[in-house]
Amino acid sequence: MSRHKIVKNLDLDDELDDFDGGEDYGYDEEEGEEKMRQGTIKVREALPPTAAHVTDKQVQEALWHYYYDVEKSVKYLVAASVPTTPKVLKKGAAGKKPEGGFISFGVCWSFGQSACNKASTLAGALYPDTCLKPFSFAEFFKDTPWLQVPTDRQTVFIDPIYPRLGLLGGSSDGVPKMSKLQALAAARKKKAQEQRANSNPTGEMSRAGLDKIDHSDLGDAGVGGMAPSGSALLQKPSARGFPLRKRKGLDEHESLPKAPVAIDDAGLNPPASPEDIPSAGQAEPSDFANTMFGSHSQTPRQSPDNLFTMPFAADIASIAANPFAGPSPDDIVIAAQSKAGKGGKGAPKSNGEKKAAQIAAGVEAMRIDDTPRAKSKHLDVLAEFGKAEAKNAANFVVIGHVDAGKSTLMGRLLYDLNVVDKRTIDRYRKEAEKMGKSSFALAWVLDQGSEERARGVTIDIATNTFETDKTSFTILDAPGHRDFIPNMIAGASQADFAVLVIDANTGSFESGLKGQTKEHALLVRSMGVQRIIIVVNKLDTVGWAEDRFTEISTQVSAFLIAAGFLSKNITFIPCSGLHGDNITRRSTEPAASWYQGPTLVEELDNSEPAGRALSKPLRLTIGDIFRGGVQNPLSISSRIESGSLQVGDALLVQPSSQKCFVKALEIDNEPVDWAVAGQNVTLHLSGIEEQYLKIGDVLCTPSNPIQNVKQFTAKVLAFEFLTPSQIDIHRGRLHTPGRIVEIVAVLDKHTGAVVGKKKPRVVKPGLIARIVVELEAPVPLEAPGRVVLRGNGETVAAGLLE
Amino acid sequence: MRLIKQNIERDGSGTVTLLPEEPEDMWHAHNLIATDDLLRASAIRRVVTESTTGSTTSTRVHTNLLIRVTGIEFDAQAGQLHVSGRVAEENKWVKSGAYHTLDLELQRNFTLEKSEGWDSVALDVVRESVKQDKEGTVPAVVMQEGLANICLITEHQTILKQRIETGIPRKRSGRTGDHDKGLTKFYQVTLETLARHVDITKPRPLLIASPGFTAAGFQKYILDEATRLGNKAVLSNKSNFIVVHSSSGHLHSLNEVLKSQQVLTKLKDTKYARETRYMDDFMTLLRKDDGRAWYGATEVEKAVEKGAVGPGGVLLINNSLFRSQEIGTRKRWVALVDTVREGGGDARILSSDHESGKRLEGLGGIGAILTFPLEDLDEEEEVEDTSPNMGTNQEQMII
Repeated sequence: MSRHKIVKNLDLDDELDDFDGGEDYGYDEEEGEEKMRQGTIKVREALPPTAAHVTDKQVQEALWHYYYDVEKSVKYLVAASVPTTPKVLKKGAAGKKPEGGFISFGVCWSFGQSACNKASTLAGALYPDTCLKPFSFAEFFKDTPWLQVPTDRQTVFIDPIYPRLGLLGGSSDGVPKMSKLQALAAARKKKAQEQRANSNPTGEMSRAGLDKIDHSDLGDAGVGGMAPSGSALLQKPSARGFPLRKRKGLDEHESLPKAPVAIDDAGLNPPASPEDIPSAGQAEPSDFANTMFGSHSQTPRQSPDNLFTMPFAADIASIAANPFAGPSPDDIVIAAQSKAGKGGKGAPKSNGEKKAAQIAAGVEAMRIDDTPRAKSKHLDVLAEFGKAEAKNAANFVVIGHVDAGKSTLMGRLLYDLNVVDKRTIDRYRKEAEKMGKSSFALAWVLDQGSEERARGVTIDIATNTFETDKTSFTILDAPGHRDFIPNMIAGASQADFAVLVIDANTGSFESGLKGQTKEHALLVRSMGVQRIIIVVNKLDTVGWAEDRFTEISTQVSAFLIAAGFLSKNITFIPCSGLHGDNITRRSTEPAASWYQGPTLVEELDNSEPAGRALSKPLRLTIGDIFRGGVQNPLSISSRIESGSLQVGDALLVQPSSQKCFVKALEIDNEPVDWAVAGQNVTLHLSGIEEQYLKIGDVLCTPSNPIQNVKQFTAKVLAFEFLTPSQIDIHRGRLHTPGRIVEIVAVLDKHTGAVVGKKKPRVVKPGLIARIVVELEAPVPLEAPGRVVLRGNGETVAAGLLE
Repeated sequence: MRLIKQNIERDGSGTVTLLPEEPEDMWHAHNLIATDDLLRASAIRRVVTESTTGSTTSTRVHTNLLIRVTGIEFDAQAGQLHVSGRVAEENKWVKSGAYHTLDLELQRNFTLEKSEGWDSVALDVVRESVKQDKEGTVPAVVMQEGLANICLITEHQTILKQRIETGIPRKRSGRTGDHDKGLTKFYQVTLETLARHVDITKPRPLLIASPGFTAAGFQKYILDEATRLGNKAVLSNKSNFIVVHSSSGHLHSLNEVLKSQQVLTKLKDTKYARETRYMDDFMTLLRKDDGRAWYGATEVEKAVEKGAVGPGGVLLINNSLFRSQEIGTRKRWVALVDTVREGGGDARILSSDHESGKRLEGLGGIGAILTFPLEDLDEEEEVEDTSPNMGTNQEQMII
């Protein structure tokens, strides 16, 4: 019979009949009882006299859990039956910290064995060690001043299990579906519990506390989670606050199932309640189910008037010592929302005091409105960064006149450092030959655009990374053509230092010096780049003539010093990009033996890491907007200018003033949790439409946003004659039209004092002036940002915002 | 515009009746009509009548109204002119002193009486507006990757029709396709929008300007699309699509476009090309900083006062200055223009709605090339001569 037929003939009913939840375990109840009986006897024998008071039931319970492992059960029982002295101690703590102070062992002890059994019935199966070890409180609190228990010692509550009514939409409130075995255990335990009478106040309390935690951690526990807090503990302040039902107004993102990370986040020890570790494939209880059963099963029905929870602000005061009992940002938002919606109806505002408190709570709620989309881990990013101890990172921009060989030089560098493999280069070479441009093969490593390859010019900035032993570098290969200077500016604004490539060919150098060699050098200087490495390229075409190298060095260094570079920050290296001399390896040409200085890579390695503006508020100019994939329909890439960010952060986009959330974060295509200034990151955003984002927009923290300005004053160095005129303003990728409305004064180059008459008509090239610029549309700019002003295809001026 | 009737006395008082024929004429009317002038035009007014029982009925009536102008509003894109004012002549429906806003319409006469009489500038405007040999409108697309400005260059103004902005993903390693796709999408949107505003099959130049290869790419896209769709009208108009270089895609780059040789040969001596040239000449002289070129109201007035804008001198003035709401201000500029003309100088009134006019506006709306150099028109003594040196010492610069 073919497979096909087997499947066809398969009797589904039969197959399913065979399947019975209980039989999975291969377990026979009778056999189990027999085992249990024998086990009990054995345990009894093994128990030391101190534990003589242990009941049969307890022994059996223990055996259940250890699958009839006598030795383990005994160990457990011995531990569990240590006399109840710590109870007093615990009660003291409980008095001070009504909710938060409980720690799991405390719960165990306070209930005596019943609680332990209860807990272990479900929780113990997962964490059998919870109640196992003999424990000394004195030891535990040895170095701890009261009320300052280190977070790592605090623990989560173990849920004192109430069998829940499980119906509707996944049922039973986060408790995993019971197997037969568990059901049996639960039934027995329930019986025991009934005997023990239903009033165990401590249990109630910790239950309430637990529910609160569940709520703040999971956010979506909904009504069920909230109701018990109205019962034992929180009944008294029920006069104000919000009807429970309102908590259902969660927004979609909050109702997303969240991973049980919260506990670890708070720095707590792992013993988690079973609720925090939902079994796979189990549905969350529906809100309806929660409403129906979550509360009613445990608390008597309250009159509608009492159906108010305590406002969160009041909660904070009462449980200040509890690190995680405070309202989560989610709660605050919900509180604010429900307050805005139906605040008047929900709260009887009889006396003024309450009103004041309400206002205070309202203000607090309004302040924190940045609901993160992705769950934030609340990392201390700067501390993490301090710990990370990564390699030095440096960005450098490669600049120079068109056709100086920038891309080829960088292609060669990457090839020689094995960032690009030989096969790729060979393929490029073949394709380039087909197009009749074989010498461009190396440049194609960086020039990947179809138009760039067809025309043989770099159009946009190309980024690539490589590592040396000391530093990991990011190359920003800038276009040399004058039309693409806006792109070059974008690249240079991200650079820590610059590599200026000069064509040593006769004529090429001279035309370059008048053209973009000069303009680029001035631009990078005015954008704050201090260090520059000059690569005198194509020296092979002039036979490695030392005279030529010296001639170029003298001219260029004179010019650069005039432009404001310090001579100690200028280095010259003779190279051949096409052949790779003096790039990663020393030149083997006998004609080039006169040069004994460092190669390009050695010189790059000498660069010191640039300072990072870590502690400043977050600023990030969007460099690119693209579709990061199916999962991430909207992604941006950029270099963080200042500050830090982490997954889950809410960010503000300027100038559109829209808010968005960091869904995920990538550095060099590796997902990370955080990033700091100076790193090149890819952000996957959520909560925003693409239309609100433009290349050149700034992302910032909502708490300290960058302002949109329509007009600014700047101190600029004039490259051309400066008159009131229409110009383009560039700041990184930001590119916007505007005009110089006023020349305030010409300033002294070194002191900044006003020189000459007040409102000069024209500023001559090379002078520094204070000018007022008006923009066509408001854009995010702030001092001390560096801007470049261009008009008619020429860089007119560059300088600092004031 | 057609001049229907002109009745101007020697002292400048009197009326002129004009018939606007095309939207551009509204722009002339905008320059002509000033506050406090008397304007008579047809109007539609809602008249509310109250019956003896107290119930009210409102009817719309066509009537001719004479208003004393209090405000003018010009919508360049739609070519509409709204003139508000108080009714100066009572009629059957409207009381004197009631407010009314006249919407001047094409093909309907209006009659204007200047409050201060017809001065030389106003008469120039009338003469200019009734000129028959109109220079054609030239559509232009100024673009860069992700940004395109579609505008119409008419004789007297540059009208921005539409600004297109689309996001084009930048080049990233391994994702070259995204950029090309984004660029094609951008071309497609631009072409669709262009076709909505402009008939690209008309045999007249279409300027496509951009830095880099965007304009050339767009031209190729237009032709490829036309070939694909078999649009013969567009293909036969191929030679009229002029690709020009500009330094950016912002509208003010149009200056460079109108300066370029390709455009000049096509457009010959059109008014806007002329105005662009005036401004360029002026800027060149200004850069020389030899005291021959001055800008700013007080400086230029002083120069004119000293007779420095004589034969060979040129006064450049934006027509926006004549649109001033204050009569005194307008008078001041008219007097200036008259003085220059009397002195043998050349007074050129630039349209503030062209890019060259916008450039002049940045300089205060007025500039002059003097016959002989004058120094220190801006009063203050120059304390010291700061010659341009690039600071050869090793001290750190302040920026």
